[in-house]
Amino acid sequence: MLNRFIAQTMPTPALTRRGFLKLSAGATGGLMLGAALRPVSAAAQGAADGLATPFVHIRPDNTVVVIVKHLDKGQGTATGLATLVADELDADSAQVTTEFAPANTDLYANTLMGVQGTGGSTAMANSWQQYREAGATARAMLIAAAAQTWGVDPAGISIASGQITDGSQSASLGDMAETAAGQSVPESVTLKTPDQWVYIGKSFPRVDVVRKTQGATNMYGMDVAMEGLVYAVSLRSPRFGGVLAGLDAEEARAMPGVIDVIQLPDRATVIAESTWQAIQARDALSAEWDFSQAENRGTEELRAEYTALLDEDGIAFHSAVVSQADTEQVIEADYSFPYLAHTPMEPIDVTVRFDGTEATFWTGSQIQTLDQNIGAQVLGIDPGSVSIETLWGGGSFGRRAIYDSHYVAEAAMIAKAWLETHGDARPIKLVWTREDDVRGGYYRPMHMHRVRAGLDADGNITSWEQRVVGQGIAIGTAFEQFMVRDGVDASSVEGLGEHSAYTIPGWSVDIHHPEVGVPVLWWRSVGHTHTAYVVETMMDELAEAAGADPVEFRLRYLTDPRARGVLELAINKAGTVPEGLTRGIAVHKSFGSYVAEVADVRIREDGTVKVERVTCGVDCGVPINPSNIEAQVQGGLGYGLSAILREEITLTEGEVNQSNFYDYTPLRISDMPQVDVHIVQSTEAPTGIGEPGTPPIGPAVANAVRRATGTIVRELPFSLHGLA
Amino acid sequence: MIKLTLNGEPREIAAAGDTPLLWALRDELGLTGTKFGCGVASCGACTVHVDGAPVRSCQTFVGDLDGATVTTIEGAQDATTEAIRTAWVELEVPQCGYCQSGQILSATTLLRDTPKPTDDDIDAAMDGNLCRCATYARIRKAIHRASEIMEG
Ligand code: FES
Ligand code: FES
Repeated sequence: MLNRFIAQTMPTPALTRRGFLKLSAGATGGLMLGAALRPVSAAAQGAADGLATPFVHIRPDNTVVVIVKHLDKGQGTATGLATLVADELDADSAQVTTEFAPANTDLYANTLMGVQGTGGSTAMANSWQQYREAGATARAMLIAAAAQTWGVDPAGISIASGQITDGSQSASLGDMAETAAGQSVPESVTLKTPDQWVYIGKSFPRVDVVRKTQGATNMYGMDVAMEGLVYAVSLRSPRFGGVLAGLDAEEARAMPGVIDVIQLPDRATVIAESTWQAIQARDALSAEWDFSQAENRGTEELRAEYTALLDEDGIAFHSAVVSQADTEQVIEADYSFPYLAHTPMEPIDVTVRFDGTEATFWTGSQIQTLDQNIGAQVLGIDPGSVSIETLWGGGSFGRRAIYDSHYVAEAAMIAKAWLETHGDARPIKLVWTREDDVRGGYYRPMHMHRVRAGLDADGNITSWEQRVVGQGIAIGTAFEQFMVRDGVDASSVEGLGEHSAYTIPGWSVDIHHPEVGVPVLWWRSVGHTHTAYVVETMMDELAEAAGADPVEFRLRYLTDPRARGVLELAINKAGTVPEGLTRGIAVHKSFGSYVAEVADVRIREDGTVKVERVTCGVDCGVPINPSNIEAQVQGGLGYGLSAILREEITLTEGEVNQSNFYDYTPLRISDMPQVDVHIVQSTEAPTGIGEPGTPPIGPAVANAVRRATGTIVRELPFSLHGLA
Repeated sequence: MIKLTLNGEPREIAAAGDTPLLWALRDELGLTGTKFGCGVASCGACTVHVDGAPVRSCQTFVGDLDGATVTTIEGAQDATTEAIRTAWVELEVPQCGYCQSGQILSATTLLRDTPKPTDDDIDAAMDGNLCRCATYARIRKAIHRASEIMEG
């Protein structure tokens, strides 16, 4: 209900069609926002505050603050953007810190999206030009300031490790910051050539790790603390789309610390003096629900309906010319992928304060200007009166990039109701418990695929018919107009057909998007989570049926040289298969980047799978920060491995069966393989790395398991088959 | 009022006895380094030391802590924890960082009991600490590194 309310009332976000087309195609490069490089006026920044531009602020105390327009939820974007600025500025890494930018589309839009937002592994791609230019612009102004101060020719001035010098005199960046603020902004700047880079492609220390080992305050939304703060925990419908038909809050209201119980159309929210009191009182609420408009089907019914759709023609997405050769062998297979929850370690939270005219939201905001717009819409105020204070995200994996800003909207409704009843602008922290998160929807959509592939007498592919069934994530949202073309939601078919690194004869793809009332969302690597699995396990089966080596077989159809490159790199680095292990491989292109993974697995005595070692070949363009690329590939494949081993959300009569980490069971350290990441020294423009490590791991492990045990896993997760 | 020693200082907790230590630390005492991840002892994000032993503070109740000594991430500054921090920063273990207070306190217990752990020791000791960012490979390396630092 809340979601429908938002869908009806939300303004169309300022997305550019071009931006989304580029995004869904795996974009590279970026646009320059020339105006954005102008310094903030001296009046606005206050006297003696140094050189302040939208992207970098050089303070007289010699700190260089890089303004981060994206959310950093662990993927290292803050460090990445700091690296770009520091390199062009020739700052010393020790003087560089970061701050998150306010919500402002004009200044801070993702140039590939048109809104200020983080997603599709575009953070570095869209910032690559912009942040380097910001650093180079500040550098030119510092040099002009030094030239003026010293009365020398700017051509004789250089900067290295944060020191400005003309050979005889020297100054820090901070020393020159105020004078630099008075210099004119250069019309254009020349960026460094790769041989001049000091940090890019080498290393730059992560800006956040020290604080993240200290339990530092005020990093995450969950930790927001302020005078007068009260805590909100909501009871929501156990079935998606249910509405409140009756509420007994008497017991809850009488509990210690409870201040109020706010009733909304589809939920009831307890406001209390502490989180724990709010949770307990929420659990004491007794509600009656009207499920007449709810999603009342369970997973079994949905699967039966999806299976029936596999027999019916869908909407055509892709078709390629079928090979002339006669088909001698056919492999036909059905695949089934469950709903998946993101379960970021920090459950959802947002703190709001609303005084009737202005509002502030504190949260790990991933699409800041959308959160701003929807918050404003619900509160009935102008978006310009809404501030978004972005905090570090305790994970997201897509969960915080939310097309309907539903939890910001929920907080806004609570704040509005609070103001109406109590008349004061109390800060309210809305907390979702883990159970709320696991049962709360916005899942990776359940999908089924059917593939019917043929081989000729020489073992070459003649045709590959593929049908996909799954909810389109963008369908019914404001993003639909950008992501759905001719009825096909790009997020269900990415990685197939024209978006694949393969050119496969006779590859045809069609799709059904059934209507289901379970809210779905992008989940780390989105459609690639299932498309890569289907393509790469089928490739392996076909290779075996053709009597071919799995690498050689793939190379026949991998027309993209960068995909071939990572596959060959990974295989060479993996060396011989260790004693007692079985190998599986997979390669996949996503978000403009290429990753091949070679998984060496062992079958334990109890029949479960232990992935011992994964060797990765990665090409994500210029490797801006190799340590972070390694971390993201390790984490990305860990996240993907977690899903295929044991993760699944199921429903019975519309109710989610799982609730917390004892029955939705992510990867633990004992499941984690050793991971060796080998990076191609590419000179292509940088592309994403937060997601591309995820898609190949499932099929790589499945291929190894098939070879080791003969079991072909086409219904996920592995735990359904006694393998995990 | 519960009286206890918290990070070396005498402190009092006013919350009701059945309040989990986690929420008393976070909401009443302002120590937000201890994280809420699940509330049911399944993730380890809320790990603290009580009388030197690691516990899940979401399932430890303040009524049981009168006279106890509690150490949270903010107060853990002994040589073992500091070696772990150094290794964590050197190898850039944290991604989102949300689980890391718990990881560091569990690793502290491991290294106190087993100064030279094997990978299997690490897996066994750290299996209760979920990391959704899957920083596990670096956690393993960093525990070995911290062990080296401790040896000097
Ligand atoms: S919050 Fe205590 S173990 Fe998860
Ligand atoms: S670093 Fe994100 S959950 Fe561990």
